Amino acid sequence: MRDDDSIQQGPREPVEDRSGVSRRDFLKISTIAAAVPVVAGPRVVMAAGQEVRVHGPGKVPVELSVNGKKYKASLEPRVTLLDALRDSWDITGAKRVCDKAECGACTVLLDDKPVYACSILAIEVQGTKITTVESLMEDGKLHPIQQAFVDNDGSQCGFCTPGFVVACKALLDRHPDPTPEDLRHELSGNVCRCGTYAGIRAAIAQIARKGA
Amino acid sequence: MPDYQWPDPEHRTLIGKRVARVDSPDKVSGQARYTYDIKRPGMLFGKMLRSPYAHCKVVSIDISAAEQMPGVKAIEIVQKQGSTIHWAGDEVVAVAAVDESTAADAIRAIKVKYQKLSHLVTDNEPPPGAGEGQGPMSWDDLSDMLDNQVPENQIVSQLQQYGVSFKATEDDLKGAKEEGVPDAVIDAIRKAPVHPDAAGKTKSNYQKAATQTQGEVDKAFSEADAVSEGLYGAPVITHCCMESHGSTSEWTDPDHLFVHISTQNVSGIAGQMAEPLKIPAANIRVHQDHVGGGFGSKFGPDRWGIVTAALSKKAGGMPVRLMLERASELQVAGARPSAFARVKVGAKQDGTLLVWQSQSWGTGGPGGGGMPPIPYCFAVPNQRKEHTAIRNNIGPARAWRAPNHPQAAVLTMCALEDVAAKLNMDPYEFFLKNIELTKLPNVYREEFPIAAELIGWKEKWRPRGQNISGNIARGVGLSLHTWGGRGHGSDCDLSIHPDGSVDIKMGTQDIGTGTRTCIAVVAADALGLQVDAIKLYIGDTQYPPSGGSGGSTTPGGVSSSTRRAVVDARDALFAKVAPVLNAQPDDLEAKDGTVRVKSDHGHSLSWKEACSKIGATPITCHGHNDQAAGKNKPDLTNSGVGGVQMAQVEVDTDTGIVTMKKMVAVQDCGLIIDVKMAESSVLGALIMGISYALFEEKIMDPITGRMLNADMEFYRLAGLNDIPELKVHMMTGKGYDERGVIGLGEPPAVSPGAAISNAVANALGVRVPFLPITPDKVLAAMRQSSAQKAGA
Repeated sequence: MRDDDSIQQGPREPVEDRSGVSRRDFLKISTIAAAVPVVAGPRVVMAAGQEVRVHGPGKVPVELSVNGKKYKASLEPRVTLLDALRDSWDITGAKRVCDKAECGACTVLLDDKPVYACSILAIEVQGTKITTVESLMEDGKLHPIQQAFVDNDGSQCGFCTPGFVVACKALLDRHPDPTPEDLRHELSGNVCRCGTYAGIRAAIAQIARKGA
Repeated sequence: MPDYQWPDPEHRTLIGKRVARVDSPDKVSGQARYTYDIKRPGMLFGKMLRSPYAHCKVVSIDISAAEQMPGVKAIEIVQKQGSTIHWAGDEVVAVAAVDESTAADAIRAIKVKYQKLSHLVTDNEPPPGAGEGQGPMSWDDLSDMLDNQVPENQIVSQLQQYGVSFKATEDDLKGAKEEGVPDAVIDAIRKAPVHPDAAGKTKSNYQKAATQTQGEVDKAFSEADAVSEGLYGAPVITHCCMESHGSTSEWTDPDHLFVHISTQNVSGIAGQMAEPLKIPAANIRVHQDHVGGGFGSKFGPDRWGIVTAALSKKAGGMPVRLMLERASELQVAGARPSAFARVKVGAKQDGTLLVWQSQSWGTGGPGGGGMPPIPYCFAVPNQRKEHTAIRNNIGPARAWRAPNHPQAAVLTMCALEDVAAKLNMDPYEFFLKNIELTKLPNVYREEFPIAAELIGWKEKWRPRGQNISGNIARGVGLSLHTWGGRGHGSDCDLSIHPDGSVDIKMGTQDIGTGTRTCIAVVAADALGLQVDAIKLYIGDTQYPPSGGSGGSTTPGGVSSSTRRAVVDARDALFAKVAPVLNAQPDDLEAKDGTVRVKSDHGHSLSWKEACSKIGATPITCHGHNDQAAGKNKPDLTNSGVGGVQMAQVEVDTDTGIVTMKKMVAVQDCGLIIDVKMAESSVLGALIMGISYALFEEKIMDPITGRMLNADMEFYRLAGLNDIPELKVHMMTGKGYDERGVIGLGEPPAVSPGAAISNAVANALGVRVPFLPITPDKVLAAMRQSSAQKAGA
């Protein structure tokens, strides 16, 4: 999908000798960390000429802002945003399907941009605004895009639906009157097995007409 | 006598209308809870170690390191040392740990040694003479079939047909029973003829069934004006449910199990878990609110479901969740058998079909598999058919929407289209010319012109290969199909409470087909209420049992049981209210939120007032639909539907890429409860059909024996951008409504592959033999055709 420009990535290049942390050092760090209490603060090492905080292994404190509320947990750094949402805080609207950024069922908004929650570590999105499908309803009333899904039967088994709803919301936020090309681009990252695309397309058309 | 019959059109308020899916708001808001979303207090996470080899023996298993890891709570060896494994990805050892990453670490710490054995994972045409008749069965054959979850009745029938190569003592049989072999199979072993000379013979992977012949095949071919020969087929595809298979199990006490499971068969799960877990089915509670797709792959607890319960037991009853990872879901949790055939068809100049001959083959994994029902729909008078089932190491097959029909449609409708092309006949005329050979000629005759009108067949059809401009070839194709769809056994408890609330309890499930909506519409229609006035409780073994959602049996089943319950409850209410309205119960009707006198609408009570006359105890009525058709008087469900589909494509002759331009479906399914849900089912089937026609194939690596595309990047499903304009027309009204309710999940999923293949053949002027119609196959077919033309 389109999460590539939304997150500050760590160094992409393979870490070389000059970086100050070799594979051997990393293994040493692992050993040390394994011996210290389960929750430990990050250790700072030099990588690519920059100071890099090394978290874990072992659990570290993580605090996320989800749907306007703070959530805390003690998580291993390898835990994804998706698993943190689902398994630590029981926020289960985003679904785990492919678990490797292929199907879009876990789509959430990160600072209003749609991303795959299965392919982001929880620890790396502290301090950003995370929005899930659960927050789209206001005062018990469905968001217009949700209502349009209901009106046009945009779900069958419904397992891909939360991901589609979030992706459609992001699409309409960016393109209130989307062209077919916008649809092609913005919804190409979500997959449905039951075959609800006709309903989803009709749902978007309904909203676009209303200009919501 | 209560009037259970479906109301006539003037008296329907909701039935046959367009009612929105009742659980849609839950689904679009993320509130709908699926099995994967269930988190029980103290829940442990299960993971499975799976065989990397397609065929091997387990030499040794060392779990000592994993056992000592902090956070590991239970380890269950699924296939012990000495077991033979028949497909890559099969379960070997399961672990439950405090969190998922600990479970994953523990899996990595388990050491298993395997002895690799030779495997077969392809389903190419059997080499000449390779096919062998199925000989008598050995103990190994039997254990393999049991291990491979081959249905009990299939094992019994093979035992009866082929006998056994060993003499089983009563002690052997007792041992088998203790290991969980079903009684019917034990009984069949006892009675099976013994052929000791067959013991020790190595079995072929190719099992050839006896040739089936009817009529005078050779004579008919000699009388045919046109004979077409071709190669057709559809590969193994996987179900790829969005929610993977799996469950959460917990022992609430040493004898009672509580299971949340992703299933199409809530009422049937406990019975299947009882035997392996050695507790009565009544001690197993099964619950499911929503299921993220099944498509025929989720009827049993599966071995991993039993293992999950065993892990929980070992962990002192703590809840254990084990959901399959995506790769496993694609490798082991569902595969549609393949079917290929060399088909020869003969017809008269006027299009009259004379003769069919086929040599078919295909695989359903370790169990082999049977011949699809060919020739499909058309009872061609002269037929000769041979089928070879390939037993291989790709993993077991499962029912997939309309089992065997989509494959049969590809083999048949494509072969018929080819002979029509040989006769220079429009396939529309050719299929109609032979429509009397089908079981539903009148239905198809009504549907054909509607479909043709919707797609613009007359304007768009040109003889093969004659609609090419530049590098774009355009074509249209069609196919037709049939299905049963009678309602399954279903029980329903419906209560009308003194406060006016109405609830329904039924152990059914809504697999995304709109079952909740169907039940609510039937009940609300009879009570003169809106669907949101009906509170539904489904998906639990605490409610009256209702059949599994397979074979399009659910709408007929649940609508019939609900109708019976609601009519009885309404009549009971009328009996209480009649004295208040100074009327006879028969003079009353429930309409528009009131109970009123039919002849005097002013003489009425609001629904709430009427219910307040019930007294302290709610009215509760039970409705039952029997699985056996003859037992329901009157019968509210029926069987046997027909549908026609037409596809329009463009093929880029430079790149071989097929683009769908339009697809239409005309479908009959008797009385439609909710037109909106029915249309969604058909639209979904078209989309799923486009997906398997153009993209889907379980690709096996002959060298390693593993699935090469066990993810959602390379196991490609159709996306929104692959779907063209779709039109659905449901047959309703006279001739359809009075038949009763018939299921719809399967039939529209049958024709898309054949219709699209025919459209591509019409565009290119050459047949692309096998699905999926990928660019490489298109280009290869074009090359082969031009090479043949150059050689001719």
